[in-house]
Amino acid sequence: MLSLLLLLIPLTFSIVIWFTKGMVSRAAALVGTIIQLAFTAYCYNVFLEAGNKPFEYIYQMAVKPNLVFHFSMDGISMLMVLLTNLLLPLIVLAGFSRYTDKANVFYSLMLLMQMALNGVFISFDAFGYYIFWELALIPIYFIAFIWGGQDRAAVTLKFFIYTLAGSLLMLFGFIYLYTYSPQNSLDWEVLRANPICSCEQGWIFWMLFAAFAIKIPIVPFHTWQPDTYKTAPTQGTMLLSGIMLKMGTYSLIRWLLPIVPDGFKEWQYVAITLSVIGVVYASVIAIMQRDIKKLLAYSSIAHVGLISAGVFTMSRVGLQGSLVQMFAHGVNVVGLFFCAEIIMNRTGSNQVEGIGGIRKIAPRFAGWFLVIVLASVALPLTNGFVGEFMLLYSVYGYNTWLSVFAGLTIILGAVYMFRMYQKVVLGEPMLENMQFEDLKWNEQLVLGIIGILIFALGVYPEPIFELTEPVLKTLTP
Amino acid sequence: MEQFIQPINLIGPSLLVPLLPLLGFILLTFFGKQLKTFGPWIASLLVLGSFVLSVYIFSSLGNENNLDYDLFTWLRWGDVSLNFGILIDPLSLIMLLVVTGIGFLIHLYSIGYMHHDEGFVRFFAYLNLFIFFMLLLVMGNSYLVMFIGWEGVGLCSYLLIGFWFTNDAYNDAAKKAFIMNRIGDLGFLLGMFLMLFYLGGLDYATVLGSASSMEKGAPILVAITLLMFVGAMGKSAQIPLYTWLPDAMAGPTPVSALIHAATMVTAGIYMIVRSNILYSLAPFTLEIVMWVGVATSLFAAIIGIKQNDIKKVLAYSTVSQLGLMFAALGLGAYTSGMFHVVTHAFFKALLFLGAGSVIHAMGGEQDMRRMGGLWKYIRLTAITFLIGTLAISGIFPFAGFFSKDEILAAAFHHKIVWVLLSVSSMITAFYMFRLFFLTFFTTFRGTEEEKHHLHESPWTMTLPLAVLALFAIGAGFLGMPSVMHMPHWFNGFLAPVVETSKTILGESHHVDHSTEIMLMLVATALAISSIVIAYVFYISKKSIPESDEETKGFAKWVSNKFYIDELYDRVIVKPVMVLSDIFHVVVDKLIIDLFVNASAWMVGFTGRTLRLVQTGNTGFYIFVMVIAMMVLLLIQLVQ
Repeated sequence: MLSLLLLLIPLTFSIVIWFTKGMVSRAAALVGTIIQLAFTAYCYNVFLEAGNKPFEYIYQMAVKPNLVFHFSMDGISMLMVLLTNLLLPLIVLAGFSRYTDKANVFYSLMLLMQMALNGVFISFDAFGYYIFWELALIPIYFIAFIWGGQDRAAVTLKFFIYTLAGSLLMLFGFIYLYTYSPQNSLDWEVLRANPICSCEQGWIFWMLFAAFAIKIPIVPFHTWQPDTYKTAPTQGTMLLSGIMLKMGTYSLIRWLLPIVPDGFKEWQYVAITLSVIGVVYASVIAIMQRDIKKLLAYSSIAHVGLISAGVFTMSRVGLQGSLVQMFAHGVNVVGLFFCAEIIMNRTGSNQVEGIGGIRKIAPRFAGWFLVIVLASVALPLTNGFVGEFMLLYSVYGYNTWLSVFAGLTIILGAVYMFRMYQKVVLGEPMLENMQFEDLKWNEQLVLGIIGILIFALGVYPEPIFELTEPVLKTLTP
Repeated sequence: MEQFIQPINLIGPSLLVPLLPLLGFILLTFFGKQLKTFGPWIASLLVLGSFVLSVYIFSSLGNENNLDYDLFTWLRWGDVSLNFGILIDPLSLIMLLVVTGIGFLIHLYSIGYMHHDEGFVRFFAYLNLFIFFMLLLVMGNSYLVMFIGWEGVGLCSYLLIGFWFTNDAYNDAAKKAFIMNRIGDLGFLLGMFLMLFYLGGLDYATVLGSASSMEKGAPILVAITLLMFVGAMGKSAQIPLYTWLPDAMAGPTPVSALIHAATMVTAGIYMIVRSNILYSLAPFTLEIVMWVGVATSLFAAIIGIKQNDIKKVLAYSTVSQLGLMFAALGLGAYTSGMFHVVTHAFFKALLFLGAGSVIHAMGGEQDMRRMGGLWKYIRLTAITFLIGTLAISGIFPFAGFFSKDEILAAAFHHKIVWVLLSVSSMITAFYMFRLFFLTFFTTFRGTEEEKHHLHESPWTMTLPLAVLALFAIGAGFLGMPSVMHMPHWFNGFLAPVVETSKTILGESHHVDHSTEIMLMLVATALAISSIVIAYVFYISKKSIPESDEETKGFAKWVSNKFYIDELYDRVIVKPVMVLSDIFHVVVDKLIIDLFVNASAWMVGFTGRTLRLVQTGNTGFYIFVMVIAMMVLLLIQLVQ
């Protein structure tokens, strides 16, 4: 029952918000997401005490085909649900300092998205999982399309078609699994216990991988991403980068690894090499980006590239590191895009060059921005370091030279992040009569919470280990 | 293990040592406005508190006992768990005392030096944060905790070099420092991966324990030590990663004294001494360390001759002295290297603070060509500066004499190294006295306005100068050469740390007493002749370095630091920037997107083409049907 509530709370609010107006909409959205967060905290406690039993829910369809909706919970799901429901209030709150046109539709879509994301993370059958996976695409498509910026029609269309194409391959893979697996079932536990012949796992791996690689995105399936991040309204970008791309990395661990383990092993070297190339490739591109949001987009590709590389090592440390880093990256990237949004709103410019001098006028903003930048370059004692250390070590365990190459990220990351920070925030103001109001209450609140999370998890990541370790034991030798 | 009784009651004080400065950072960051001018005093007193605690721990622990405990598990997966723990042994005690002691003096000095600055409080917040990370670096009981401090001090260095953040040249210097350090840090990180993989952990006890059971020269140990040394090259500004340190002089002068001379840049030496067993087991790496050290020492000293910015001279001299320390480590003389770290910390901090006092008096001017004759205006600064200069030149009985002598004696069996290091020391004496004479003697060459403004600094600045001067005179007596028949306290204190290395390296090359006296005499003679040459040039002949445009030939190469920065820019920075654009414009937009758009276009094309078939013309449909039937029939027939 708890599982259903996790879906029903955002859904209810989504419907209610549709009928509200203006300021009330976003207030309602905030209330809704906070209630959901509180409920998630409750779920977390229940999970720690009672395990997945209270979350089990199975709905068997009466007719053929033999499909079920199966919701459950384990450490990994719990972590992702926590991340989602923790970030949503922050994302809603981030919108409090600006006017949103048709706010009721906007926030209604956002809450619908929240429901879909929760659904993806707690579905333990491929059928329900696929439905939520696709459902999550619809609200974000409209958010990017209606409230987007330049070229939004072309960009969002590319994004939609691209990810949809990947998803269809995944659907095909699942249908094949359903038809040819011994049990004729799409339930996660059944699929896992009765794997399909390893001779066929190779190509099914690619079917599923295509969907995930596009969503994450892994280079070279990434070209939809920078433009979409740039065009989407920043709150949409936060949803995309903070949570939605985690659907991809989460699915690598939840579906790809357990369902087609032999295919996974067979193609491990390709996937890991692609991921690591992506890390360096995207980092290098980020160095010379002129647009702040695109720079952050490429940096995000680099970070998630390392996360997927860690997963593909199939090692305990890689998986553990990727989970920590998924959480950390979600928090940090939302913070980074929020800072970008504040800069763009206040100065009217989205360029790396030509702003400058913000620190002189708004020191508090500059300080919090720096904290997030530091987390993003993985300074020890920030949450970024914990994951990055473990991930790089896992790549090292797989191949020494690959880890040296991937390790370049710690240098390149510092290069593009500090270059951007210097050009945008430090120096003398280059815009004429620059006004830059320091943080408003909602911005202070959001950045403060993100800052606390950064240090708390950087110093004491134990809760994440505790939560996820039991599951990882079952996934790796 | 039972016989080693852990001095449990020291855990509290030892934790407070790093926590006090951290508290200072938090207080000043969040309540800086409310605290007003008390803030800097609070910050300084907290560091003083750390110092007092360090002295307390020092006196109650001695060098027989270690304090080693884990606080909590930081990272873990599977069977691996990496703890956050503290180790206090003789080596960390020495560093603790140096960091907190000199740290406090520089805090005090900064109260005078920075009080006109609008970032007064922010400056102290950063300084406190630096002390915190530096203490973590030296107090950690594992390489991982050392790495926290290692990167943390890098961050503080970044923040303090770019302290005047509206100046973009300073920001560039700060960024450069951070990135160059990061290059080294990658080496450190990979070194840790190798340790974790092959030696089974990251805490010193495990690493050094499993290393000592390996045979000498094992490839894995060579790899680990080389990678860690790359880290040391970055942090301690050795060739080829040294170019950030001279640029780092952009920061306020107390920062140069504390971070870029006395403490942070010696972290590389600390790291190697801490891992001395690993290095002793990898003779190949020791050889490399030695040669890099010698080369850096000489190279930086040569550049130092032609620098005219007072802080730049000191910066290159720091690089050179660090090279000397690495040479000592490479020779296996760990304690001598460490001894030079300590004496250098005193006299180099003194020199930088003295330079700061000069700059303060000159109203911000740093070019020595515009100084001169300052002796009579700022007497106390001048006298303390002279003491520092004598100490760095290695004149008896100043501190530098003893530590430098020890290193040269250790190098004596390796004749080329000994010659090169002696030359480097000689050059050092020359450019230091060049600096001293140009600044304090002959006549004042600045403007009238500057002359009017000349004044001695307030007590908060001169007191630290005086205290450091005392140490620059006296610290050498902590390690008397054996020829003087006095106990070498320093070596004795550090003996437990390097015990194992001694047995690994075998009998060290001891020079007998007459040779030692000869070496001292040679070194002193060289130093004094340098001073005389400098005297002739800059006092008798009153020559002043020519302006930058007039510099020609080799001298121009030297004064332009051999164009190393320009080389790096051409060979590394520019190509990466071009590559970035190529990746973005050509690979991303053209090639990859071509495939993406081509597949979209294919779908569209197929759709458009197939649409043509649907003409709605019944005759055409029948025609196609007939054709198709014929084709099928044909296939049947053929089979």
